Amino acid sequence: MVERRDRSVRNLEDALRDRLRQPGVVGFTGAPGTGKSTLVDGLVAHLRAEQTSVAVLATDPNSPFTGGAILGDRIRMQRHALDAGVFIRSMGARGHLGGLSLATRESIRLLGAFGFDEVIVETVGVGQSELEVASVADTTVVVLTPNLGDGIQMIKAGILEIADIFVVNKSDLDGHARVVTELRSMLNLAGPGASLRGGSGPSWKPPIVATVASRQEGVAEVWNAVLAHRRHLQESGLAGKLAAQRMKDETADVAAELARERARRALDEDPTLAGRLLDEGLPYRTAEEILRRGPIMGSER
Amino acid sequence: MKVRAREPEQAWKQDYESSPEREDGVETSTISGVQIKPLYTAKDRPQRDEEFPGQFPYTRGIHSSGYRGRLWTMRQFSGFATAEETNRRYKYLLANGQTGLSVAFDMPTLMGQDSDAPTSRGEIGHCGVAIDSLADMEALFEGIPLGEITTSMTINSPAAILLCMYIAVGEKQGFPASKMGGTLQNDILKEFIAQKEFIFPPAPSMRLVVDSIEYCAREAPKWNTISISGYHIREAGSTAAQELAFTLADGMAYVEACLERGMHIDQFASRLSFFFDAHIDFFEEIAKFRAARRIWARWMRERYGAQDERSWKMRFHTQTAGVSLTAQQPELNIARTALEALAAVLGGTQSLHTNAMDEVLALPTDKAARIALRTQQLIAYETGAANTVDPLGGSYFVEALTDELERQAEVYFKRIEALGGVIPAIEKSFFQKEIADSAFRYQQEVEARKRLVVGVNEFTVDDEAPIDILRIDPRLESEQVARVREVRRKRDQVACSRALQRLEKAAAGTDNLMPYILDAVRVYATEGEIMQTLIGVFGLYTETAVI
Amino acid sequence: MSAVQTHPARVIVAKVGLDGHDRGVKVVARALRDAGFEVIYTGLRQTPEMVVDAALQEDAQAIGLSIHSGAHMTLFPAVVEELKRRKATDIVVFGGGIIPDDDIATLKNQGVEKIFTPGTPLQDIVEWLRNRLPERSPAR
Repeated sequence: MVERRDRSVRNLEDALRDRLRQPGVVGFTGAPGTGKSTLVDGLVAHLRAEQTSVAVLATDPNSPFTGGAILGDRIRMQRHALDAGVFIRSMGARGHLGGLSLATRESIRLLGAFGFDEVIVETVGVGQSELEVASVADTTVVVLTPNLGDGIQMIKAGILEIADIFVVNKSDLDGHARVVTELRSMLNLAGPGASLRGGSGPSWKPPIVATVASRQEGVAEVWNAVLAHRRHLQESGLAGKLAAQRMKDETADVAAELARERARRALDEDPTLAGRLLDEGLPYRTAEEILRRGPIMGSER
Repeated sequence: MKVRAREPEQAWKQDYESSPEREDGVETSTISGVQIKPLYTAKDRPQRDEEFPGQFPYTRGIHSSGYRGRLWTMRQFSGFATAEETNRRYKYLLANGQTGLSVAFDMPTLMGQDSDAPTSRGEIGHCGVAIDSLADMEALFEGIPLGEITTSMTINSPAAILLCMYIAVGEKQGFPASKMGGTLQNDILKEFIAQKEFIFPPAPSMRLVVDSIEYCAREAPKWNTISISGYHIREAGSTAAQELAFTLADGMAYVEACLERGMHIDQFASRLSFFFDAHIDFFEEIAKFRAARRIWARWMRERYGAQDERSWKMRFHTQTAGVSLTAQQPELNIARTALEALAAVLGGTQSLHTNAMDEVLALPTDKAARIALRTQQLIAYETGAANTVDPLGGSYFVEALTDELERQAEVYFKRIEALGGVIPAIEKSFFQKEIADSAFRYQQEVEARKRLVVGVNEFTVDDEAPIDILRIDPRLESEQVARVREVRRKRDQVACSRALQRLEKAAAGTDNLMPYILDAVRVYATEGEIMQTLIGVFGLYTETAVI
Repeated sequence: MSAVQTHPARVIVAKVGLDGHDRGVKVVARALRDAGFEVIYTGLRQTPEMVVDAALQEDAQAIGLSIHSGAHMTLFPAVVEELKRRKATDIVVFGGGIIPDDDIATLKNQGVEKIFTPGTPLQDIVEWLRNRLPERSPAR
């Protein structure tokens, strides 16, 4: 329902407002093949051993041409099938530029309302999805592996800026030590707390955790790092600020999405408007007119 | 002015190019995608010394006399619901001229589960015989002297257990293990790659395989310890080159594991055997079989230093391609099977299974099974294909195709090596992805009518009369469940628990597990109980699926 | 006009029971993706409970089962039963594999809407699903 932007979601949220707990939200991102799903699977096992309930929102990209997708994260978490304390939802990114579906934030709130202690958001690191993850998660974990081919220099700069924690998975492979060293020196060069979209401030130095997720090695250390980061956010007063920023970001994104849909609808359904646009060739004027007009009766959710 | 006579090859080329091409739009490459020229000539013949059958590297066959010396074994795979019924079918086939037995097991048995396990419900007896304990094995071979026939058993993860049961039955009949002849499929690597009947993770699975090879080298030297299989890889959608390469790579992995155990290559290599698919693209298959022999011989002698020539000679069983059979106009499957079987014979197979026409839908009826067997007899005695060794040797086309498949296989070997070997490649899903890609590509070609499947996307008929198919009596399931419970009740419980405990301890150590499994089997520990004991030590494997 | 549908239909494809022949289900998964569906493959050795639970968590509109082991007469109805138990009978059940014609009629009576026999073109499966699954309209 949330994914389909169903109107009743808002009613549901209003009804649940009193029960809206804030679950802890941890985001995982990284290139395909880094073993994120395996790592998340291991974390779920770790959390369940401590009786913590957890929901996983895993996003895979939809084909930009057909709109279809094979959502392949659930199959990596088979051991949690039928565990009532684990909820797994595979989401397609559905053309959202950032790679995370718009529904994610609302889903997180609802999952908290339904009693999940932790929400793990997992995305594949293509496009700008790292930034998106950072905007919904309290803690953002970036997953790398030793066989990076061209080396760590090729990693997008954005990753260094949004990572609260680095995980070097498959650390049993050759090249592990080199990745860690390169990462460390890049972090030092970038200076403390370089950028701040979701950043944790100057006093947080992102730890680098080595894991072999397929053997459940290092998984507990990853979670400890998450908890340490959370404590940092509380103690530094950043938690509140970031939550406020996220709320504003989300609102702006939703407004943008509503406006976009309104525009598409107007252009599809109003031939006069579309005709004028094509004659005059003035997209900005047309866009402002659409926004000025307001919603088409009954069309907006 | 004199018209210069055209040079013959030039002439042919000009004539060919100026003549019309068929307009059906069907692919002229093999179904594996190997480009095929309209004509092969002496120029396509590889530059090498003339090859002879029975001589390294055995391209033309491992025996100098080929089928003139001895025909291939007609070995039809079969098994149904209960041991008694299967026993009856075996006696029927033996009486009708089948020369070796082949056992198909049901899903719970293949997966190491007893018939009364909850996940066995609905699965008993559908694709083979249910064997829960030695008691079932005794019923299966009742009245059939194991020391006088050979039997192939198609089972993988629990293979060691079934082999021990077979040996135990032979003992009771008065035959020592040294008299046991037959083949155990026992090829766990292809389970991870294609058939997916794995239970334990790769390392303990390999240990069990090496244990069985080591044990047989000592105690059952006539037994073919493993049937390194390409059939399942091919049926899962691979090309011929992939089937060839992945199967031989698996073979090399087993060889290396045995060498690591400390065995000498010539101690075990002659008892390794292979199992290939015989698919519908006729000449490609013949070339594949010939290339397989050549590659294996070279690797055994040159890479692994085998000195006994029996170690160099690849022996293989072939089954006609199940995946080529259609549910539509199933009688056509008789023709398909015949052509595929002919390819296997022209490729020099040591033994052959021909599919029955109704196998797309169910286990074969008696009549369909008999036709399948007769097809082999027809090839052997009516077509003349068995009258000379390697009839297609020297054919420009077949020799060129043999070389091409060998070349493609070598490319794959390098890729697998670069990934660290077969097991690392499995863990990286290399094989699984290649297979899934080939399967999808083939399906797209069929949908685009670049490949025709008669009766399916061309030459279809609208009203087809349903054919009779075999139905498994659902009562047999509850009877089998009752049977295994009865066995558990009647056996010496103390001896059984003790044997399982000893097995558990040995599994946690490094002893060869075969004697422990034999002991457990003799006191009627069930297959499920033995497997559970081993799972307790080895763990379960979950695959990382790639689509 | 955006080429991406905003509400792709969601389908679970699964192998229930012990059978490991996954060539068909994987080919179908790819074909459905190429046709614009969101596909979740739940893997091998699923029980009816696991498949239905996944379908509910994923809010899938359809479940496709692939069975080559002959156990279809037990496993298909078990999935339909589990959907009833979880009050999710709006989820469409379809499937394929080695299933004789007589059995197809029985399975249909038991709530399996469509069985695709061997040799069915992928396009037929896609078309059938497209027609069968309701428009995912925003307003409920």
